[in-house]
Amino acid sequence: MTLKALAQSLGITLKYLFSKPVTIPYPDAPVALKPRFHGRHVLTRHPNGLEKCIGCSLCAAACPAYAIYVEPAENDPENPVSAGERYAKVYEINMLRCIFCGLCEEACPTGAIVLGYDFEMADYEYSDLIYGKEDMLVDVVGTKPQRREAKITGKPVKPGYVVPYVRPELEGFKAPTKGGKK
Amino acid sequence: MNPYPLDPYWMVALKALLVVVGLLTAFAFMTLIERRLLARFQIRLGPNRVGPLGLFQPIADAIKSIFKEDLVVERADKVLFVLAPLIGVVFALLAFGAIPFGPPGSFFGYQPWVLNLDLGLLYLFAVSEMAIYGIFLAGWASGSKYSLLGSLRSSASLISYELGLGMALLSPVLLVGSLNLNDLVNWQKEHGWLILYAFPAFLLYAIAALAEAARTPFDLPEAEQELVGGYHTEYSSIKWALFQMTEYIHFITASALIPTLFLGGWTMPFLEVPYLWMFLKIAFFLFLFIWIRATWFRLRYDQLLRFGWGFLFPVALVWFLVTALVVALDLPRSYLLYLSLAAFLALLGAMMYSPKPARKGGGA
Repeated sequence: MTLKALAQSLGITLKYLFSKPVTIPYPDAPVALKPRFHGRHVLTRHPNGLEKCIGCSLCAAACPAYAIYVEPAENDPENPVSAGERYAKVYEINMLRCIFCGLCEEACPTGAIVLGYDFEMADYEYSDLIYGKEDMLVDVVGTKPQRREAKITGKPVKPGYVVPYVRPELEGFKAPTKGGKK
Repeated sequence: MNPYPLDPYWMVALKALLVVVGLLTAFAFMTLIERRLLARFQIRLGPNRVGPLGLFQPIADAIKSIFKEDLVVERADKVLFVLAPLIGVVFALLAFGAIPFGPPGSFFGYQPWVLNLDLGLLYLFAVSEMAIYGIFLAGWASGSKYSLLGSLRSSASLISYELGLGMALLSPVLLVGSLNLNDLVNWQKEHGWLILYAFPAFLLYAIAALAEAARTPFDLPEAEQELVGGYHTEYSSIKWALFQMTEYIHFITASALIPTLFLGGWTMPFLEVPYLWMFLKIAFFLFLFIWIRATWFRLRYDQLLRFGWGFLFPVALVWFLVTALVVALDLPRSYLLYLSLAAFLALLGAMMYSPKPARKGGGA
């Protein structure tokens, strides 16, 4: 330890004093997420509007936390819900059990279930943390508590994140993008 | 014939109140400023949630510390336990009044100081040294051996640095020939700042002042990362806040005393505005001390004492003897200017000279 080092160290801290803080003031400013962030699940649709999910329950089988419950039903040929023979009549994920590992996404033969970006799911009731189809289809913006609040205040849902780009698996999913390529 | 006119008593009382209120407000906001600055030094934002820019944080802190449970330990000496923080804060507040903030009559026709004592400097030291009683009694009255050990550590380091501090101050006092703070400032107005005449004394005093205020390189009394609390382990709530207050007021007083003694006080060679320069100088030293806290490490306890007794004290003594020699033989005072310059160059040289640290033993 020398006097020189002491003086230099003062210079280093002074340089940091005038640099921009790295803190993200989170609830005020969105968090920058990576495009492959594992957040709330999204049930995607084909471009023609049909659901990709065919109710095969492979996701439920692959789930290490037993968080997924699928109840399939036969498609009405006249008015199909999904592109396959069957569709998921009930598709529920217990967000309290889910560990956001993404194995469901890997197991899915049609790419129907994809992990999205929403993470602000804190809620008051256990039952409110079981997300159904109506909470996870691509057109849904935000999580349950966010949508509840939006309904009360009348303001649109404000997601707490930005991503550089939305990864292609999340077909049709709208997310706030900023920076990054593509 | 007193060159410094006296104020009526009601004015003195009013100014004393102003100093107390001002110091307590300054303490509250210094905690905020220090936290914000430290945060920026560490590329963080710091407290910014309470009010705009976090400006109401001190108020929130005050409310919190007042309403927390105020514990008095079962085995504590009840009277002294309560008295100790009060002693600390009262004597810390007393010290500030002697510091002049401007020329006579610049405070709405009254004097910009509360006390003008011929032994001003001595008074200042006598009073700020009483803080050690606060610390020591706090440790003793807590009825806990850890508090006692903490208070012993604190008092030992404070007393060790007190010697260097006093010795460093002797040379300017000898040069000016007065202990009156106004005389010191006026002398500097005539002859130039004392830092030019006593650069080593200034440096030593600044270092010792850090130790006196228990600031970072010497903040062993309550080494936050290492100790539970030192002498105030058993204290909580507002009593604990009073210790913090004491420390901050010492810090502010030290930052006001260094410019008064060595940097011309409220004077400035150009653009004389009463108060402005004094406040700027105080702010500069407050910033400097926070900057040091953000940068440097804490000395180990033996290093702290060795530095105090083995370096600070002898160097201060040597400089005092040199000044005494110049004054006693009535040599031209410019000798001291050259010697100060030499000391400054020696410091610069020491900064340039940086040998590779010698590795002792088989340390990794």
